[in-house]
Amino acid sequence: MLQTLQDLASFVFNVDLLRQYGWRLLEGLRITALVVCTSVTIGFVLAYFVCRARMSKNVVLSSAAAFYSTFFRGTPLLCLLYLVYYGAGELRPVLSQIGIWWFFRDAYYCCIFIFSINTSAYQSEILRGALAAVPKGQIEAAASLGLSRYRIDRHIVWPQAFLLALRPLGNELVSMIKASALAAIVTLLDLFGQTRFIFARTFDFSVYLYAALIYLVIVEIIRRLWAVMERGLSRHVLASAKS
Amino acid sequence: MDWFGLLFGPNGWSRLLLEGLAVTVGLALATIPFGFGFGLLLAILKLSKRRVVRGLCEAYTTFFRGIPDILALFIVYFGLNALLDRIWVALQFEGHLEMNIFVAGVIALSTVVAAYSSEVWVAALKSVAEGQREAAFALGLDRRKTFVFVTWPQLIRVALPGLGNIWMVLLKDTSLVSTLGLVDLLRAAHEANKNTGRPIFFFTVAALIYFAFSILSSVVQARLEKRANRGFA
Repeated sequence: MLQTLQDLASFVFNVDLLRQYGWRLLEGLRITALVVCTSVTIGFVLAYFVCRARMSKNVVLSSAAAFYSTFFRGTPLLCLLYLVYYGAGELRPVLSQIGIWWFFRDAYYCCIFIFSINTSAYQSEILRGALAAVPKGQIEAAASLGLSRYRIDRHIVWPQAFLLALRPLGNELVSMIKASALAAIVTLLDLFGQTRFIFARTFDFSVYLYAALIYLVIVEIIRRLWAVMERGLSRHVLASAKS
Repeated sequence: MDWFGLLFGPNGWSRLLLEGLAVTVGLALATIPFGFGFGLLLAILKLSKRRVVRGLCEAYTTFFRGIPDILALFIVYFGLNALLDRIWVALQFEGHLEMNIFVAGVIALSTVVAAYSSEVWVAALKSVAEGQREAAFALGLDRRKTFVFVTWPQLIRVALPGLGNIWMVLLKDTSLVSTLGLVDLLRAAHEANKNTGRPIFFFTVAALIYFAFSILSSVVQARLEKRANRGFA
């Protein structure tokens, strides 16, 4: 009975494993953080332009942007990742000629490339929703006060829109962290990649649980951080609601 | 550049791709009853009066919503395999137990989908006023009839948009099972790529098929929502 219990415990926890391979998990975490931060930042910039195009009066531009965001949200990220990662090899002569083969040769850059596009599709929808939720009267009032287009955007629209977008953007960051695990499938040694590496070496199942724990902790930290940010940004709303 | 030949020629790949598509759609459809059903069960338990039950269900949801879907898949797949193996050995059976990947995929995806959908079900369950149930009991309906005729029609109306989103996620998540070796649409495209060296073509075809199914799903979802909303302004 005791033997079985010990057996079960070692199935879930294994300290020796951490001592030997813990640094690998941390190194993987570093890569995951790098990939996610870069992609989400680039994605945000892209999303701004996609959102602008989507809301433009030019029909071609707005339908192109609509297709962009629907397509990249409706296709599995893994499929797109394969398309870029393996597809780059097929285009190698062309890519070498224009001097960007070094970029697509590297799984790291491939991941950042397609993750940025993918997250920009989601973020552009979030931004669009948030911008649409700002009452039209606000913009009209600002315009009637003689504010320029830039001033209206900068001081009237975005502060309100950003507050609305904050929470969904946080959710998008979390789902990007989770989606970034796919990078491991194209050989990148991120957190999940290192986990698979360690499992292949040791056949010790507990390493998956350690990885899960690390992901859970990151997600929880972001959730808390976002709650603090939201409270900070919405102080004026809360104050006016109280009085 | 013979795209037609690559797909429909004598050595065309359309057959394998179609078989892969059938596996993908089958996987997603087979997951629905287990994933949504288990999710509903979780939701009911989450509203239980007993703290331990609630806590356990919340922990389950937090765990599977907080980790990458692919990691959840691996945990369920390898965990289940290792566990079954141990039971097999403990029962002193001969040989080695191997789980069918499709079944393992359904179990793993259901585990994740249950976690996601339980949140939707909780919100929907809370939206049905307690008085509705009480009124149904007062009219002499039994528990089953109350659920089927009173609670459910109001519940599903609120739950459908959320469940629709989860279905979209599920459709895309089936592609993750290809990494465990199941020949779904993505894996079929990959096989075609390995044999022909035409990744751009085959992965684009796969992406477009997934995309078509997403569009189709959103059309069906809009229909279902319209139907569920009949009788409401």
